Amino acid sequence: MSDLLEIRNITKSFFGVPAVKDVSLAVSAGQVLGLIGQNGAGKSTLMNLIGGVVLQDSGEMFFKSQPYHPRQPADAYEVGIAFIHQELNLFMNLTIAENIFISNFPRRGFLRTIDRAAIHQRTHDLLQSVGLDLSPEMLVERISPGERQLVEITKALYQDASLIIFDEPTTSLTARETERLFAIIRQLKTGGKSVIYISHILGDVLKLSDSVAIMRDGQLVALDTVNNFDINRMISLMVGRSIEQLYPPRTATPSEKQVLVLKHISSPGVVEDINLTLNEGEVLGIFGLMGSGRTELARMIFGLDPFEGGEILIDGKPMRDPSARTSIRHRMAFVTENRREEGLLMNIDIANNIGLVALPTFARTALNIVDRNSLMEAAREMVKALQLRSGNIEQQSAKSLSGGNQQKVVIAKWLLSEPAIFIMDEPTRGIDVGAKYEIYSLINQISAEGSAILIISSELEELIGICDRILVMSRGEIFGEFTRDQFHDERILRAAFREQELPNTDVHHDAIIQTENT
Amino acid sequence: MTRQKIGELLLNNSTIVLFIILFIVFGLWSPRFFLPENMVDIVKQAAFTGIVAVGMTFVLLTGGIDLSVGSNMYLSAVVAGLLINSSLQLAILPALLVTLLIGVVIGAFNAFCVVRLHILPFMTTLATLVICRGLGTALTSSQQIDFPESMNTFGQIQLLGIPMPVIVFLIVIAVAYFILVRTPLGRQIYAVGNDREVAKKAGINTGRVLTSVYMMSGFCAALAGFVLVSQLGGRLDHSFAQGNEFDAIAAAVLGGTSLFGGVGNVLGTVIGALLIQMVQTGLSFNLVNLYLQPMVQAAIIFLAIFFDSLRAGNLKRLKRRFIRPLEAGR
Repeated sequence: MSDLLEIRNITKSFFGVPAVKDVSLAVSAGQVLGLIGQNGAGKSTLMNLIGGVVLQDSGEMFFKSQPYHPRQPADAYEVGIAFIHQELNLFMNLTIAENIFISNFPRRGFLRTIDRAAIHQRTHDLLQSVGLDLSPEMLVERISPGERQLVEITKALYQDASLIIFDEPTTSLTARETERLFAIIRQLKTGGKSVIYISHILGDVLKLSDSVAIMRDGQLVALDTVNNFDINRMISLMVGRSIEQLYPPRTATPSEKQVLVLKHISSPGVVEDINLTLNEGEVLGIFGLMGSGRTELARMIFGLDPFEGGEILIDGKPMRDPSARTSIRHRMAFVTENRREEGLLMNIDIANNIGLVALPTFARTALNIVDRNSLMEAAREMVKALQLRSGNIEQQSAKSLSGGNQQKVVIAKWLLSEPAIFIMDEPTRGIDVGAKYEIYSLINQISAEGSAILIISSELEELIGICDRILVMSRGEIFGEFTRDQFHDERILRAAFREQELPNTDVHHDAIIQTENT
Repeated sequence: MTRQKIGELLLNNSTIVLFIILFIVFGLWSPRFFLPENMVDIVKQAAFTGIVAVGMTFVLLTGGIDLSVGSNMYLSAVVAGLLINSSLQLAILPALLVTLLIGVVIGAFNAFCVVRLHILPFMTTLATLVICRGLGTALTSSQQIDFPESMNTFGQIQLLGIPMPVIVFLIVIAVAYFILVRTPLGRQIYAVGNDREVAKKAGINTGRVLTSVYMMSGFCAALAGFVLVSQLGGRLDHSFAQGNEFDAIAAAVLGGTSLFGGVGNVLGTVIGALLIQMVQTGLSFNLVNLYLQPMVQAAIIFLAIFFDSLRAGNLKRLKRRFIRPLEAGR
């Protein structure tokens, strides 16, 4: 069997941080390759390299034995590679047929109008072939999320691609739709098409793939035929045993006082029946894979997104009218996932960024005018305490700081308001090891002073290093709870993958699929 | 049908509902309002705003805005007038072609700023608004231009008893409808308005799509300006078509075109233009204080834009990302 796609020694770094290191692999015609790994293992980057979304630093690719150097997504499309992204790329205001033909309408007649009859017929046939019983004239906004996913797949079928990359295709599918998708993949395979299937649902990967590739820290750690894998082996390969990161010792002990309680928080399609408690001085971690609902939950707690059922208690009292303002009044703080867009005013100086949240407390005079001197004084103290490395904080803009120092500004901003509850979403993302350590120490220190901390991270080692307790989220539900003495990376990861079996038990794949979909 | 569904239906057809209610109210207020002459007059008066609004619809569909249309009407008509009155003594038809060319060039300039220089449409066209008005005022030294009698004759043309502005309006509607519904460009305009990034990923030449909408808007504005001059007896002063952009935007939005892009159609815009004109005529008919009329109109436009933001909120909910499947019947 000849190789359809071959990758040789491909490497890609972002800002000096390697995301894909020297990876070589090949996909042959009619083969389904399963690709798995933890968040940030480099799967998406590798696929983006193949799809022409990002350019490689070094290495070579061959497609159908020809050198292949995609510079943009259109290049991949041209040679016959279809990429079905996790987020949908459809136009809600157009019909299914129009979505499929948008950049390439067949035309007819003197006025070169769209050949409606042709696209209707062609779309009808395509929809039939994926078993989707919808009218081609249906507006995409009117169909369900799962059906949209299948329309996206229909688009790839129309392109007649010889390699189709699926990135987490089942997240919004129901059990029936998932089965339909699997049938389509098998059909593609029989037709000689190749598939790269990325998924966090290991049972599906075992069920569908001919061979499995496992990535960790940007490297390919295993590539073999599917018979050589079982779920236990997959998980231990994904975790690895080489993590040597330093964490400051956790000395503080949480008190018994509950400061934040969530009761049955639900929002259809997002999170389901979330219960949690957070104590004074506690560091509680929430671990989950991408798309598990962690960030959405944090946004709900802080009042940024609405929820439909359940209630939030702060210091035992229900929070009425949740909004960011209410939360701040209850001395809640929220370090968002993307500091660039949500956490900082990039063009404003450091000092004013730090003063942003606590501003009202510095308005001391009768006219509510901000006491600028004491604000600057407080900002300077904060900068010193956090060892923030910068020039003149009243002149230097936040934009000019390094990632780690920017994050310190965000934390400083909230610390100045002396929060009782501190929610941090991915506080160390994109930060170098040294700065990470400083942020961990800071978290330790804040909790020792009595703040309760809720920390969300996709780096499991980090949570194990700094938390008192870890909750695992999966598909919008809390799927496991671990106290410090129960911390065990494999077991936590297993919960995140919804695999509850203990090591050495015989894993029954069909059973997993069923629990998966109920 | 549940109450929620009825509410949604009313919301999605708010303009037609508003149109019918106001039509009846004005008629009951003053029965002469229902006379056929008055109906014809409303349609004729609505034609100018309507033509501009159809061009505006193209721009709004992509999520942009064109504030320069009023000034565009003025400047392109000024140049035509100067050429007609100059030693060249341009005839009406060539003058019309020059007018349209200038309108399209103004549109192309807007497109260049938006697509190549990445200036926000609002800022770009605000600048063009000032530039065109200023240029026109400078060219005429702020003097009124009087067109020759031939312009007046042109304005009185009728076909099967239908006044010329209405005929032009009907042609513009037909062509615009054809482009939006039947051509790839039309569908791509909707795609770009829905999500520009996704449109790019789907291989649509978004720059070309955006350029064409601003040029069409410029074309429609210049056309409407020329027709309007012919209706005003060939007189063109420095306040000509001032503020017309707001009527055009209001007509489009009243007709269901979203300021957020991707939603709207030509027929809606036509109804919007008719609605605005009907309110104007209806208020004058019933001798409502002249100074209060703009406020009533503004209130109606406000309502329409409020409905638009309600609709946009609904749409946003539809586009929300789901993590877990929504079980049916929950």
